[in-house]
Amino acid sequence: MSETQSNNSVTGSSLVKRGLAEMLKGGVIMDVVTPEQAKIAEDAGAVAVMALERVPADIRAQGGVARMSDPDMIDGIIEAVSIPVMAKARIGHFVEAQILEALKVDYIDESEVLSPADYVNHIDKWKFKVPFVCGATNLGEALRRITEGAAMIRSKGEAGTGDVSEATKHIRTISSEIRALASKNEDELYVAAKELQAPFELVREVARTGKLPVVLFTAGGVATPADAALMMQLGADGVFVGSGIFKSGNPIERAKAIVKATTFYNDPEILAQVSRGLGEAMVGINVNDIPAPHRLADRGW
Amino acid sequence: MRKPIGVLALQGDVREHRATFERLGVETIEVKHASQLNEIRGLVLPGGESTVIEKLSKIYGLFEPIREAIANGLPAFGTCAGLIMLANKIEDAIAGQEGFGGLDAVVRRNAFGHQVDSFEADLAFSGIEGSVHAAFIRAPLIESVGVGVEVVSSLPGGGIVGVRQGNLLGISFHPEVTGEDRIHALFDDMCA
Repeated sequence: MSETQSNNSVTGSSLVKRGLAEMLKGGVIMDVVTPEQAKIAEDAGAVAVMALERVPADIRAQGGVARMSDPDMIDGIIEAVSIPVMAKARIGHFVEAQILEALKVDYIDESEVLSPADYVNHIDKWKFKVPFVCGATNLGEALRRITEGAAMIRSKGEAGTGDVSEATKHIRTISSEIRALASKNEDELYVAAKELQAPFELVREVARTGKLPVVLFTAGGVATPADAALMMQLGADGVFVGSGIFKSGNPIERAKAIVKATTFYNDPEILAQVSRGLGEAMVGINVNDIPAPHRLADRGW
Repeated sequence: MRKPIGVLALQGDVREHRATFERLGVETIEVKHASQLNEIRGLVLPGGESTVIEKLSKIYGLFEPIREAIANGLPAFGTCAGLIMLANKIEDAIAGQEGFGGLDAVVRRNAFGHQVDSFEADLAFSGIEGSVHAAFIRAPLIESVGVGVEVVSSLPGGGIVGVRQGNLLGISFHPEVTGEDRIHALFDDMCA
């Protein structure tokens, strides 16, 4: 692990990496492509921003290889806001991650939204001081990412669609697999670890505590306040919103409304009130209309 | 019956604060509405993003009631973002940012730099034996305090990270994520 110790103080520990994610709980993390958008997100109450060159809907529409963002653009966003700034590296591209760490981003998303750089290995995240968030579609995938050093998990959903169905599926799958694990006898956990393809010790910890050892956000297709509240009621600790805000008719009002809905996710009257007057939602694309090879959630293993 | 301690539950590490009090056998409730301020004997302002906590508290009519309750003597305990919310003056704030105030201190946001500079350390803490294990996560620092504010904790190399003023307790770090329960016990004692 990349920890440094001096004068009885330690940086880069699991505790401070996972701790930052704890502080983001109950919040909304918004995709932004310019410093102006970052400022709008901060003013609307985003708990962090994700700096990237193109939102997933544009990556999907334009095609081509999607890579880490331009350092100048990331610098501009770090300069513009006081909340944490995250940025994406390609799956397995540990040099992009090194560069993002040198740029002093607060969190790296090793993301399936970008084109993978390695179809076998993910980044060895223990080697970094900066914390990582990784996507997962099920419990085994989440535990493998945590084993590699991820300090936060987000369910993947299907980015850039505005279709929340995959996000629902993934958060439900992770939650129900955790519940199933928690109900097992101790002697059944060996086979459970084999089936989950995850280390036994970690599987046993989840079985005992009934939760992941890191914060679990959800992502991929959230476009309305109701979508965000749905994710929270399904057990997410917070929400990533990508294309849903800045691809909509009124980004400022929509951003504010999604923040409110994430806090008051259990209060239908407030949800009704914040769902009014938002203008057009992002147009969206049904996941079923996307041919399997173009589904981003299948990237990562 | 004794009233519970409230944890402001708009955003942040609400769960960790409640779990810490639970280990101490202290009842807590999540505070999301102004009416709940009458049902508690003390208020915790958790870690999180101070800009977000401020905005949400204003939108939902909690900002003025909390400010008044603190001014009228409701004991309050702020960690990290919560400390920022208690400070009378915030440095490196975003435009227009303000807190509930009450604590006669100047607090600087993100005083230690970026997340890669976040750290754990052992500190002395007035009224607690031995050292406390503290996590500083994009933490604020208390730059100066007024008369009547007691400094209860400082970094080994200098830098104020814990203060008390009457019923108010503010610290830069997160005992609630390191399993350090004694500062919460101290706050429980402050809430009659």
